[in-house]
Amino acid sequence: MAVEQTAERTGTREEPIVTVRNLQTAFFTDKEVIRAVDGVNFEIVPGETVGIVGESGSGKSVTARSIMGLVDSPGRILEGSSVRFHHTDTVREFADRFPGRTVDLAAVAEGRDPEALFAHDAVGATPSAFGYDDASEASVADFVAAGYGEALGIDPEDCVFITEGTVDDPLDGFVEITRLSGESQRAMRGGRIAMVFQDPLTSLNPVYTVGNQIEEALELHRDLSGREATREAIDLLEAVGIPDARRRVNEYPHQFSGGMRQRAVIAMALACDPEVLICDEPTTALDVTIQAQILELLADLQTDRDLGIMFITHDMGVIADVSDRVNVMYAGEVVESAAVEPLFAQPRHPYTRGLLESIPGRQEGGRLQTIEGTVPTPNEPATYCRFAPRCPERFEPCDEVHPVSVPVNDEDGDHTAACLLYPEDEPREAAVSSHEARDDSVREQGGERR
Amino acid sequence: MSQEPVETTFTEPGADEDVMVEVRDLRTYYGGDSMFGGPPVKAVDGVSFDIKRGETLGLVGESGCGKTTLGRTLVQLESATGGEVLFDGTDVTELSGKQLKQWRRNSQIVFQDPDSSLNDRMTVGEIVREPLDVHDVGTPRERRQQVRELLDTVGLQREHYYRYPHQFSGGQRQRIGIARTLTLEPDFIVLDEPVSALDVSVQAEVINLLEDLQEEFGLTYLFIAHDLSVVRHICDRVAVMYLGNIMELGPTEELFADPANPYTHSLLSAIPEPDPTSDSDRITLYGTPPNPRHPPSGCPFSTRCPVRIRPDEFAHLDDELWTAINTLREVLRERERADRTTTDRIRELLGRESRFGTIDGIYEEVFGDVTVPPEVEEPLDEAADHVRAGDEASALEVLFEAFGAVCEAEAPDYYTVGDTDRESFCHRHGDEYRSPAEVLDERHG
Repeated sequence: MAVEQTAERTGTREEPIVTVRNLQTAFFTDKEVIRAVDGVNFEIVPGETVGIVGESGSGKSVTARSIMGLVDSPGRILEGSSVRFHHTDTVREFADRFPGRTVDLAAVAEGRDPEALFAHDAVGATPSAFGYDDASEASVADFVAAGYGEALGIDPEDCVFITEGTVDDPLDGFVEITRLSGESQRAMRGGRIAMVFQDPLTSLNPVYTVGNQIEEALELHRDLSGREATREAIDLLEAVGIPDARRRVNEYPHQFSGGMRQRAVIAMALACDPEVLICDEPTTALDVTIQAQILELLADLQTDRDLGIMFITHDMGVIADVSDRVNVMYAGEVVESAAVEPLFAQPRHPYTRGLLESIPGRQEGGRLQTIEGTVPTPNEPATYCRFAPRCPERFEPCDEVHPVSVPVNDEDGDHTAACLLYPEDEPREAAVSSHEARDDSVREQGGERR
Repeated sequence: MSQEPVETTFTEPGADEDVMVEVRDLRTYYGGDSMFGGPPVKAVDGVSFDIKRGETLGLVGESGCGKTTLGRTLVQLESATGGEVLFDGTDVTELSGKQLKQWRRNSQIVFQDPDSSLNDRMTVGEIVREPLDVHDVGTPRERRQQVRELLDTVGLQREHYYRYPHQFSGGQRQRIGIARTLTLEPDFIVLDEPVSALDVSVQAEVINLLEDLQEEFGLTYLFIAHDLSVVRHICDRVAVMYLGNIMELGPTEELFADPANPYTHSLLSAIPEPDPTSDSDRITLYGTPPNPRHPPSGCPFSTRCPVRIRPDEFAHLDDELWTAINTLREVLRERERADRTTTDRIRELLGRESRFGTIDGIYEEVFGDVTVPPEVEEPLDEAADHVRAGDEASALEVLFEAFGAVCEAEAPDYYTVGDTDRESFCHRHGDEYRSPAEVLDERHG
């Protein structure tokens, strides 16, 4: 293996390494505020692939860029969003490098009652906003991570939170990605979380050799240079299946074929031995036979390195192939989330159904099912179902009540959909009012939703 | 399943009344006519097929296989280097001037990217009306009326006449492109990846529209695509292209259900199915398609073929070793073509380490994990000596002599396979060899 595995992983396999909670990213233009990502929740687990699927304009790429810290003005991540990175080694390293921005949560929580915090003036949240049924389940950490640190006397610059141990000797904790900036941002981006983009040609600089570009990453993040870096770059190219890597390392991107370029980009992403790899349509620009090669490569790398992969695509075939878990996005929201098999076998949200039915070959002959209309631009707070105008199962309350994610599958508690049709076993009216009740709280909690 | 090789005329001319387009040994090359340009790019390298009236013929293949060039040659947007394209008996490659313009009314093309194929400075009405203006059809009033009706036909509104393309979504723009091709009431339309740039739900709408139009106006389509699920849905027959050649051609369902050619096998198995429970065995092809400027000798697919015929004396070698030998040959082929800079040459002359690395390093990388029996080692050593002398061509020659077989020596014939006039371009359909499916099972099963 080209790069040594990092020492030990934290916790068991099922512990997520990244948790995304209520992520909201908006673009503020003169004309309107576009809520490209509007309250998204999901996890990335080591050794697993979480798929994000949706049509263009659904907010998939902005979600990825938010996690990478690549959202540029006029866009920004709103208050109340939280993306936590749980990795003990990283927490230790960051606590060491940024002691001024490290907070011991135990010290903050001392003498405070999380339940009472809900009543604090600066806090607009209710327990359900944190995903809890009851106020007693909340912890001080939830308030901190959701951006209510001010109420607790925490500086908004603080980004490393210790849950076990002390600031000098942290045992466990998390890094709040949405609060990173400057050097801490750069250490996370590329070093711990790396990204592979759709078009390999735009991710590579045409005037530097492929080797140069990999070596640059090695120098920045791992302090390697000269011959050592070149050797490492050659090893990386070999690890991603580029034959004759010694010669290739000195070639320019235009001398590589499309598939080879994407391999080189993956080699760059792996240069710093990241924990998480975000793939934004990495095979869309490639032919199927080359796509098959890249998917196989990613699967091998994932097994070898226990990578947590977030995989974005609009191709349902690719999603079925790579994912362990799938989130279906529509107009900035996750409308359905499930393990891959139940999602394809029993899609619950009308949008997911429509999406699957419009793929040629899923059902026999005849005309293809279509979804009338186009994805709307989410330019106002969601006070209704954004899919309602195109939904074949729309009924009156859809225009007035914003659905929240509810469990929809008895056999699989993790299968959720945001649709007023559910929970199915309740009468329609009761279901609608339960959505209404839970949603009001979300909006209040959002506070900042201007 | 093996049959006698057949002549490449798929049906006797005139034997089938329904044939609309007959393509015979069509070749389209780019470049190659200048003194220093090197050999031409053989984008389409001798294809023959028929298109029947009212059918949809699919044309699939990877990028660079020549499918778009073939489509463009059929509507005379590219001129053929050789061969014939007969539309109802007239060879359109010979037409020019007035006759060509007149004939063009009959065959139109829809382009892949609706963003770049519509002029953003013209209104939708002007765009759709332009062919009528060019061919001077009717009075201006009649033209406008006809355009409005067409907008209606393709699912746009008549009021859209005065809008500009940027005001429309991708799916609607593609509808504008389709309306434009319909203005002159053609019989034959080339659809060049008409839905590749669209989202899946919009794609479904456009496909439905194309099917409706075909029924309403009795159109004949050549449908070019790389998305095989769309092809399976819309096409009556499919031609699979690789490196300028048609590898297999036949009725859609049969070709998908029981592919005969090894390339069709590999291509179909590479498509991820929208079904997580499917456990279909994927054949991952090695490497990328060769450069059409330097196509391999023999069968075009021979450099990547998973069931390539192996010489008898090496029949016992295991697949891993074959893969290694393939990799070596691929590396040498690339090196042979890579440009050496002056610095590289001087470094090599001085015996310094050049960026090309030593052949020993490559052998180490390629054969490190496999055991190499002595009879294989001999040609490998001989090849290594040539590479050390800087002569990759001779090294490749040695490897070809040792490990090559009929696949790399001569081009295959077309064989009829299956029950319904399916044609496949592969040596393995010959009686003396085992069929592709059988060997695939053995090597990949």
